[in-house]
Amino acid sequence: MADAAASHGRHLLGLAGMTAAEITPFLDLAASYALLSRSRTAPRDALRGRTLINLFFEDSTRTRTSFELAGKRLGADVINMTVATSSVNKGETLLDTAATLNAMRCDLLVVRHAQSGAPALLSRKVEACVVNAGDGMHEHPTQALLDALTIRRHAGKLDGLTVAICGDVGHSRVARSNIHLLTAMGSKVRVIGPPTLVSGAIASLGNVEVFHSMEDGLRDVDVVMTLRLQRERMGAGLVPSAREFFRFYGLDRRRLALAKPDALVMHPGPMNRGVEIASDVADSVQSVIQEQVEMGVAVRMAVLDRLSRLRVPA
Amino acid sequence: MTGLLFENIRIFDPATGQVAPGRLLVRDGLIVGRDSAGAEGKPEDVDIIDGDGGILSPGLVDMRVAIGEPGFEYRETIASCARAAAAGGVTTIAVLPNSRPAIDEPSLVRLLRTRGDETGIVSILPYGALTKGCDGEEMAEIAMLREAGAVAFTDGNRAIADTKRMRLLLSYAHGVDAMVVQHPEDPSLARGGCASAGALATRLGLPQIPAAAEAILIARDIRLAEMTGARLHFGHVSTAEGLELIRHAKARGLKITCDTAPPYFALNEQEITDFRTYAKLSPPLRSETDRVAVCAALADGTIDAVASDHTPWDADDKRLPFAQAAAGGTGLATLLSVTLERVHAGDIPLERALHLLTDGPARLLGLSGDRLATGASADLCLFDPDLVWTVTSGQLPGRAQNTPFDGRLLRGAVIGTWKNGARVFERSPS
Repeated sequence: MADAAASHGRHLLGLAGMTAAEITPFLDLAASYALLSRSRTAPRDALRGRTLINLFFEDSTRTRTSFELAGKRLGADVINMTVATSSVNKGETLLDTAATLNAMRCDLLVVRHAQSGAPALLSRKVEACVVNAGDGMHEHPTQALLDALTIRRHAGKLDGLTVAICGDVGHSRVARSNIHLLTAMGSKVRVIGPPTLVSGAIASLGNVEVFHSMEDGLRDVDVVMTLRLQRERMGAGLVPSAREFFRFYGLDRRRLALAKPDALVMHPGPMNRGVEIASDVADSVQSVIQEQVEMGVAVRMAVLDRLSRLRVPA
Repeated sequence: MTGLLFENIRIFDPATGQVAPGRLLVRDGLIVGRDSAGAEGKPEDVDIIDGDGGILSPGLVDMRVAIGEPGFEYRETIASCARAAAAGGVTTIAVLPNSRPAIDEPSLVRLLRTRGDETGIVSILPYGALTKGCDGEEMAEIAMLREAGAVAFTDGNRAIADTKRMRLLLSYAHGVDAMVVQHPEDPSLARGGCASAGALATRLGLPQIPAAAEAILIARDIRLAEMTGARLHFGHVSTAEGLELIRHAKARGLKITCDTAPPYFALNEQEITDFRTYAKLSPPLRSETDRVAVCAALADGTIDAVASDHTPWDADDKRLPFAQAAAGGTGLATLLSVTLERVHAGDIPLERALHLLTDGPARLLGLSGDRLATGASADLCLFDPDLVWTVTSGQLPGRAQNTPFDGRLLRGAVIGTWKNGARVFERSPS
C-alpha cells in the first residue's frame, strides 16, 4: 500500500507504494515529451492559464530550473519563490506560507524543503497540486522518474535489470525514491557504501541487497548510480576523509569494469569529481549524466501535465 | 458539612488489591467508613452518590506530568492542567522540573505545592531538579529541595549524559534517601533523531534514534545504582530490551523501579506514518514487538506504575514538519481509559491496572499507603469500565489538545472525581 503521504491523489509526494501500473503512464508521457522537446514542438497550451510556483526552501539551481522550463514549455505562468529558511525561523511557518499561496490561487506548487514530510504537510493545507521536489531524506520522486526514463531509453526496459546505487544511500532522498520505483518496476537493486552510510535498514525498503564493498556490489550490474557525498558527512564522523572515500567507494575505471560492458553510469548531480566519481568515468561514453538532466525536463512536464488534469479548478 | 454515601458501587482497595461491592462514607473531606454490599440504612445528613454499578478507587496518582507553569503558560497552566487531571480521575500529580525557571530552588517547590492546593482539584508534588537549571552540569541543592517538599529528583525529559556526574548524583541522593528519576535515553545516540530506527523511519527519511539508546543508558545506570546503593527510577520505559534489564536488576535485589506511559502499550511506530506530529513523542513510539513487551511487563510486575507523561504543547508547536515539531502528547484525560484497554484485551487484570495507577505510583512517591483507610483524605475516582467514548482533539478538558489518541474509541470512562470530598469533575451525559 502506498504511504498516505505519497498518495494524496492530485499530489506527487513520493513513490513509496506506487505500482508499475501507476508509474508507467508518467514514464510514457515523459518519453513523448522528450521527443517533443527535442523537436521544439512542445505544446504550449497544456498548462495555459495555470500558475506554477516553485517554492524552494533549499538552494537548488538544477531542479528549480528544470521545473521552471517544464512549466514554461507547457504554457504555465511560472513564479520562483526562494524562501530563506531564516525567515521561517523568524516566525514565518510553513502553514503561514500555505495560507499565502492559497490566497494567490496557484494551481501547481513545486516544493523543496530540508525537512522530510514538509511537502506532505503543505499538501493538506493548499488547494494546489503539490509536487515534492525533494524533502529532507524522504523522497525526490521526479529524480527517480527521470532516472528510470533514462535507463529505459537505453535498455528498453526496467524489468530484470540490476541497478547499483553507490555512496551516501542512507541520507539520500534520491536513493529512496529510486529504490521504490525500481523495485516496483521489477529491477533488482543493490546499494553499496560503508555501513555508516548504508545501514541494514535500507534493505527494508524493498527487495534490496546491501554491499559494503564496491568490488562485490558492482559485479555484472546493468546500471551504476553514484550519489553525491555531502562534505558534512566527514565532519559528522561518518567518513574519515574524501580521499579515503574515493579510494574505497569512488567509481573509477577499474571498478566500472566489474559491471557489464555496456553498463550505464548515472549521477543525480551536482558531482564531486574525485570523491564519488572519477572524472574520466563521469565523462566516458557510458555516462548518461547529461541525458538525465534532459530527461528531467521531460519528466517534470509529464508530472505537471498529469497532475493538473486531476485538479478540479476552484 | 453534608456527608457523602457512595453506594451501588464496587470498591477497589489498594490495601487488599481487591475489587468488591460495598458502600463508602465520606464526611468533612475524609473517609469515615466502609461497609459491605447489601448493607442497609442511611446515616443522617448524607447525600447519596449512586455509582450505577461503577468502580470507585482512590484518586489516580500520575507520577509524570509536565505543566507549562511557570514559564510556558501558553501551553498549559496549573488551572487548566488541574481540569484535565480531574477529568481523568487524577487527584495527585508529580510535576517535572523542566519549567522556566527550572524547579531548582526550595521556594519554587513550596510555590508549586501551594498552587496545587489552591486549585482545590489536584495535589501537586514537585520533582526537584537534579542539576541546576536541569542542564546536566552542576548538582542542585538536593537536600534543601527535599526539605522543601520535592518528592524525587530528575532533570525531567533530559538524561544525565555524563557517567561520572550521574554516579555522584546517585551517590549524593542516596545520602539523603532521595529517589532519582532518569529519562532513559543515551543523549548522544538520540541527538538529532525523532523516530525509532527501523524500516518506517528509513522510508520516511526521518532522523533516527536506535531503540538501543534506551537499553544502553539503563544498563549504565543500573550499574551505577549498584555502585552507589541509590534508589533509581526509570521514566516512560518503552523497549523490550530496557525492560529486560530492569527485570534482571530487580531480581538481583537492586532498588530499581520504572514506569511506562499509555502510548507505549497502546500505540506503535506506525502512528507516525504520514508524518503525524501528534504521534511524535519522546521517547519515540516503538516497534510492535516492543509494545507487546511493555504489555507483558505491565502484567509481570516489572513495571511499577503507569504515568500519563502528559506533555502539553500549543498547536503551533505541532504544526511543523515532523523533525521540527515538538515531542510529547497530552495524557491526563486519557490515562485511565487507555490503561483499561489492556484490561479489556486480557493483558492484565483490572486490579493490576488500578494498582499501577494508584498504589504503585503513590508508594514510589512516598505517599501514605492505605488511601481508603478511615481518616484518609477522600480523593476518589468513580468510573464505568464499559462506557465507550471517542477521544477528540479540540474537545479535551484543559488547554493542551495534542493527544496521540485523537480519534481513538476507548472503553472505560471517568464518571466523577472527588478531591478532599468535594466533587471536582462530573461527566456530562452523552
